[in-house]
Amino acid sequence: MTTTVPSSHETATPSSSTLASTSSDDLTLCTFYVGEQLFGVEVSSVQEVIKNLNITEVPLADESVRGLINLRGQIVTAIDLKQRIEGTPSQNPENLVNLIVRTTDGLASLLVDRIGDVRVFNQSDSESVPPNLSSNLKSIAIETFRSGDELLVNLNTKNAVSLNRDPS
Amino acid sequence: MNNEELMIRNEFVSESLEHLTTVESLLVAYESDSNSLDSKAINRVFRSVHSIKGAAGFLAFRNIESLSHRAEEVLNALREGTLAPSSGMIDGLLNSIDRLKEMIEDLDKSESVDISGELALLERVLANDPIASAGATETTSESTSQDSSLASNPIKIANKCSPEALREFIVEYQENLEQVEKDLVNLERDLDNAEILNSVFRSVHTIKGSAGFLAFHVTESIAHAAESVLGDVRSHKIAFNSDIATTLFSTIDFMRVLLRSIEQFAEEKVPLDQGLLNRLRAFEYANQQDNRPTPIAPINPSQPKTEPLNSAVTVAKPAGEIIPKPSHPSEVPAPTISESTIRVDVALLDRIMTQVGELVLARNQILQYSNNSVSTSLQKATQRLNQITSELQESVMKTRMQPIGNVWSKFPRLVRDLASNFGKEVRIEMEGKDTELDKTIIEAIKDPLTHLVRNSIDHGIEHPDERSRNGKSREGVLYLRAFHESGQVVIEIIDDGKGLRIDRIRDKAIEKGLLTAESASKMSEQEISQLIFLPGFSTAERVSNVSGRGVGMDVVKTNIERIGGSIELTTAAGNGTTFRIKIPLTLAIVPALIVTHLGNRYAIPQANLLELVHFSREDSNFRLEWIQNSAVFRLRGKLLPIVFLSEIFKRSVDRNQTNVNIVVVAADGKEFGLVVDTINDSEEIVVKPLGQNIHTIEAYSGATIMGDGNVALILDIQGVCKMSGVAAVAKTLTQESTTRLTTADQQETYLVLESTTQQRRAVALHQVARLEKVQRSRLEASNERPVMQYRGEIIPLIFLDQIEDRELKLDEEHLANLVVSEVDGKPFGVIVHSIVDTQKANCVPFASPQGYVVGNTVINGRVTDVLDLTLMLQGEAL
Repeated sequence: MTTTVPSSHETATPSSSTLASTSSDDLTLCTFYVGEQLFGVEVSSVQEVIKNLNITEVPLADESVRGLINLRGQIVTAIDLKQRIEGTPSQNPENLVNLIVRTTDGLASLLVDRIGDVRVFNQSDSESVPPNLSSNLKSIAIETFRSGDELLVNLNTKNAVSLNRDPS
Repeated sequence: MNNEELMIRNEFVSESLEHLTTVESLLVAYESDSNSLDSKAINRVFRSVHSIKGAAGFLAFRNIESLSHRAEEVLNALREGTLAPSSGMIDGLLNSIDRLKEMIEDLDKSESVDISGELALLERVLANDPIASAGATETTSESTSQDSSLASNPIKIANKCSPEALREFIVEYQENLEQVEKDLVNLERDLDNAEILNSVFRSVHTIKGSAGFLAFHVTESIAHAAESVLGDVRSHKIAFNSDIATTLFSTIDFMRVLLRSIEQFAEEKVPLDQGLLNRLRAFEYANQQDNRPTPIAPINPSQPKTEPLNSAVTVAKPAGEIIPKPSHPSEVPAPTISESTIRVDVALLDRIMTQVGELVLARNQILQYSNNSVSTSLQKATQRLNQITSELQESVMKTRMQPIGNVWSKFPRLVRDLASNFGKEVRIEMEGKDTELDKTIIEAIKDPLTHLVRNSIDHGIEHPDERSRNGKSREGVLYLRAFHESGQVVIEIIDDGKGLRIDRIRDKAIEKGLLTAESASKMSEQEISQLIFLPGFSTAERVSNVSGRGVGMDVVKTNIERIGGSIELTTAAGNGTTFRIKIPLTLAIVPALIVTHLGNRYAIPQANLLELVHFSREDSNFRLEWIQNSAVFRLRGKLLPIVFLSEIFKRSVDRNQTNVNIVVVAADGKEFGLVVDTINDSEEIVVKPLGQNIHTIEAYSGATIMGDGNVALILDIQGVCKMSGVAAVAKTLTQESTTRLTTADQQETYLVLESTTQQRRAVALHQVARLEKVQRSRLEASNERPVMQYRGEIIPLIFLDQIEDRELKLDEEHLANLVVSEVDGKPFGVIVHSIVDTQKANCVPFASPQGYVVGNTVINGRVTDVLDLTLMLQGEAL
């Protein structure tokens, strides 16, 4: 993987927390809310956004797995992102939005509260993930960006959908 | 061997392999670009081979040393310019390198590897012999005339042929080889069968013709030699014997090697096996020396020999067709095949299959909407859609179907080779070769079947002497049978060998700690024989190279169960063993029972399903009994372990459910009852893979999409069985039931019924075809007599309580217990209040005014009247 860190990089971020998959400095993110927090994932990894899909519960699955959805004949695992990040289930399961993302292991759905805009960020504005975030969030966060008066956390979709259950 | 030696050896291996890889890549590079083999490259190759030679000599690996020495000589000649690089030379070198690799990878065996072929080949390269470099022509003076005839033959058109023609040739080649192989096995049994002989001859001839046409000279030469031998046999100049057969089998093997080479490289990279050719010629020679000292006529060598055949062999028509063929090259690739069939990529078929699966789901959804709709035109259109979809699904499934004969076709040869290997005489018989199975299933059963066949010959069928001592024919029979049975395919592998030694299996199981001596003594022979499917179980006293390594039967069983099949065996000491495999027709679409539990639907594959039991809490005859935290249910006198799906899902279990629905299932040969909330319906479901993070959960084998578009999980009954810990319980239960059954051997088994007034009655179980729960609403009337629709028929009903002037009571679910019986093949039903149990008992017969009460007996401490259902129906009809 090539990591292009622009020379104009001002913040003294160690390159380990920055990642750029495009050769340009621009990063296009699909933004969304879980609770009141703004998140983003790279727009190229998003296949589509769907509301109102019936979810079939899967007993015995990881608690972050809300269930299975039928995406035009393909069966896709839906992950409650709030549960994944905060360890508590979403308050309004009825109104969650399926953010269908492509990962190397196939499709997965991230259940989020609300979809935001598609925004373009400059790599040079990337800031490292604050160390005081919950360990769950840190394990899937790549970096943060300032978006208006909000802080956006850019998520790694592959990590977000892979639930490597802790031995504890 | 001490450490230092080991180190040196290891170093030699890794170093030599590295050298060989370099050499190989340089040689292969030459093939694509002849300029790449410059003096620098040759030097590198030379040095690499030289170091291998040196090291091998030092470590005293003589075989490796001599082969690398010879290769070095060739390379030296190349380096010094006395030999020019040619493709024949490169082939020879590559061959040697492959062999060297093989030897170096397994040093201990390297001394026993036969390298004479490679050595000879390199020798020929060194001698600058055109055979090696051309790789196809022959040297003997006798064959020169043939070669010239072939060369001047008009069918030799071009070296390059179109890819289509090549593919067709390969397929045809393959098919013909298989045909020849099959025929030869048969011919060995039936030496005088002119028809089989003709078929062999035709196939070989076709191969020769097509190979000649496409300029595959090695194939052509060897096929020609084989054809000549066969021609002589046909014209009764020589007698067919097992030597000829063996040589012809070797010829087929050699042709397979050629075929593989043609498949891979579109050319024959294998030099002509001169030894084989000479062996073939030897048969022919014998004939020529006896009858016809003149050399073979140069035009078409097969012609003079086939000529007298018309009179000698009854089935002469094919021979007449064959002879002129080579002069009409356009006819050689059979045109009829290409016209009536096309070859389709399997991936495309898979895609079509998936799409049809989707269509089926969409159809189901539309069906649901249209059923709720009032528009008749919509309903009509949906009906049509429904029908077309079903037909399409069936047709698409058919495209993936292959006859099981495709797998079996390899067995006659296998059986022949194995039998001669073990010094046994075995005949193979097959029935139902055309039984079709999905391609994926065919592939999945290939290995298990091969294993079972090997096993039968190795362990099952005895040596001829032993057989004749036991009054059997010297020749053992292996019988393969395939047929359809209730939506599944049954494959039986039957041998008439010595059967399983039950006592030895029992001892072995006890010795291995799989059983205690006490529990073993309670098991029936049938149960003990199934123990051979346990992992690590093998009674073979010696390990043969064929079977008996203890990794056999359990793998066979797992592989078959993986595709939703099952295997069981029956054996009779001295009379043989039968393996019976049941497998589904297809994996993509399976019938399943849909149940609802905790608000979600789940599918249970029909393959696991035995029966359904429903009862309510008020029903005093049925209840779940608890042994601490485990529930059991007495089903027809047998204790059935009960598993709550809630328990599997780690949810709380309601012990006091008012209605209990039990799905009786079997997995791994264990039966248990799965308690679910509601039992819905049977459906054909399309199996889909599970998404991420879920496929690791043992309880599910996949998912499907229901008619309403929602996802339902498919329960993996084997997984559920494991999770529930039923495995251990089930064993003790079967033992209990078998002991009870054996004590009551001589008695008849009765189905015990109870009336609303708790009066007990019994019906001989052989009169009972089925037991079912039916909805009250299904009970109808015709001509003032009660009837119901049952499996597409209207069957008469008898209300047992009513004919005894008692009030008929149905439970609050409006379900009635139906006992289906048959008289003269026609079913009729008896509605009874409740079914209690099945029990063995001795009936004391007496005559009664009602006629249908034929006796009484004591069952479970209660006097029970024995009824004859047939007499009862006759009494009703009067």
